[in-house]
Amino acid sequence: MSTRKSRSIEQALRSATPGKADDAATLARALAERADREGLLDVAYAALDTPLGEAVVAATGRGVVRVALPGERLDDVLAELAEDVSPRVMERPQRLDEARRELGEYFEGRRQRFELPLDWRLTHAGFMRRVLRETAKVPFGKTISYAEAAERAGSPRAHRAAGNALGSNPIPLIVPCHRVVRTGGAIGNYGGGPEMKEFLLRLEGAID
Amino acid sequence: MSQPPPPFQVFVDEHARPVLSFLRVVVGPVEADDCFQETFLSAMRAYRRLDGANPRAWVMTIARRKAIDHHRARARRPEPRAALPERVAVDGVEGSDDGLWRQVATLPPKQRHAVALRFAADLSYRDVGAALDCSEEAARRSVHEGLKKLRAKIARRTEEER
Repeated sequence: MSTRKSRSIEQALRSATPGKADDAATLARALAERADREGLLDVAYAALDTPLGEAVVAATGRGVVRVALPGERLDDVLAELAEDVSPRVMERPQRLDEARRELGEYFEGRRQRFELPLDWRLTHAGFMRRVLRETAKVPFGKTISYAEAAERAGSPRAHRAAGNALGSNPIPLIVPCHRVVRTGGAIGNYGGGPEMKEFLLRLEGAID
Repeated sequence: MSQPPPPFQVFVDEHARPVLSFLRVVVGPVEADDCFQETFLSAMRAYRRLDGANPRAWVMTIARRKAIDHHRARARRPEPRAALPERVAVDGVEGSDDGLWRQVATLPPKQRHAVALRFAADLSYRDVGAALDCSEEAARRSVHEGLKKLRAKIARRTEEER
C-alpha cells in the first residue's frame, strides 16, 4: 500500500518536471549573450545557409578562425575548436553578423573581396601559413597552380606541400583555396569535394 | 586520461534542462532564470577545472550553491513570499501538475534540494550525494524523508478537502 503510494508520488514528480526544453533553449541563448558581454566567450559560431548547404563560421576576438564547409559535422567542428582554441565555444550568431553578411553577398555574386579580420591560429606558422596568406591574395575569378602557390610562399619546388597546406585550410571560401588548381587546368582536390570547387570557380566565372 | 572538456555549448545543451528544473523547484520559477544564468556563467569561468568524470554532479553543485546564495540574499531583504499552491494534485500521474512541486518547495532546504535533484534533475543517488556534498546513503535518506513529508502534506490536504 505505502510503496504503491510512494511510487505514484515519484512518478508524478518526474512527469511534472518544471523545466521545459524550450525554456531551457531560450535561456541558453540569453546565456551566450551575457557570456559574450562579460568576455567569457572565447569562440562564437553560427550556421550559415549557402547554395551548397549549411556551413558554419566561427570567430575569436581576433577574427574569423574557422569556416566549415557543408558536409562537415558540427559536432566534429566544435570539438576541434574546443581542443585547438578554447572549450568556451558557444553559438552566438550576432558575433558573426559581418562574416555572414559578406559570405551571403559572395554567394549572391555581389561581393568579390572579403574585408574580415582573420585569426590564423589554426594554421601552422611557417610554410603552411605563408601558402595560405599568399592564396588569400589571389583575386576573385583568377586561379593559380599549386606550383605557383608554392613559389609565392618561397619554396618553388614544394608544390606537394603546398597542396597539403591548402587541403588543411581552416578558413575556406574566405581564404580562397579553391582558386588553386592543377597545372594544365584540371581542377584538383577540395575539402568540400571537387563538385564544390567547380561550383565556386563557376560562380566566379573562372571556368565555364 | 583526462579528457579535454567538451565544447561549452554541448555542455549547456546537455545540462540546461535539469539545471532549470532543479532551480525552478528550489528558488521558484521567476528567480530560476537568474540563478540559471549565474550557474552557467560560473561554470564557464571555472570550465577548465570541469570534473570530466561527473559533469552533471559538478554543474548541480554550482546550481545548488547559487540557490543557497539566492536564499541568503533574499533573507537579507525580505520580500513577500511566493504564494503557496491553490490546489495540490494528488493521486497518480494524470492529476499531477506544478502544484506538487510547489509543495516540495515548502520542505526543509536539504530535503527540498535532495528531492529536486533526484526527481526534477533526474540524478542518481550517487550524484545527488555528490551535489549535496554528502554520502550516497545520506542523500537517499534526505530524499526519503522529503517524500515522507510530502505524502503527509498531501494526505492532510486531501482530508481537508473532504
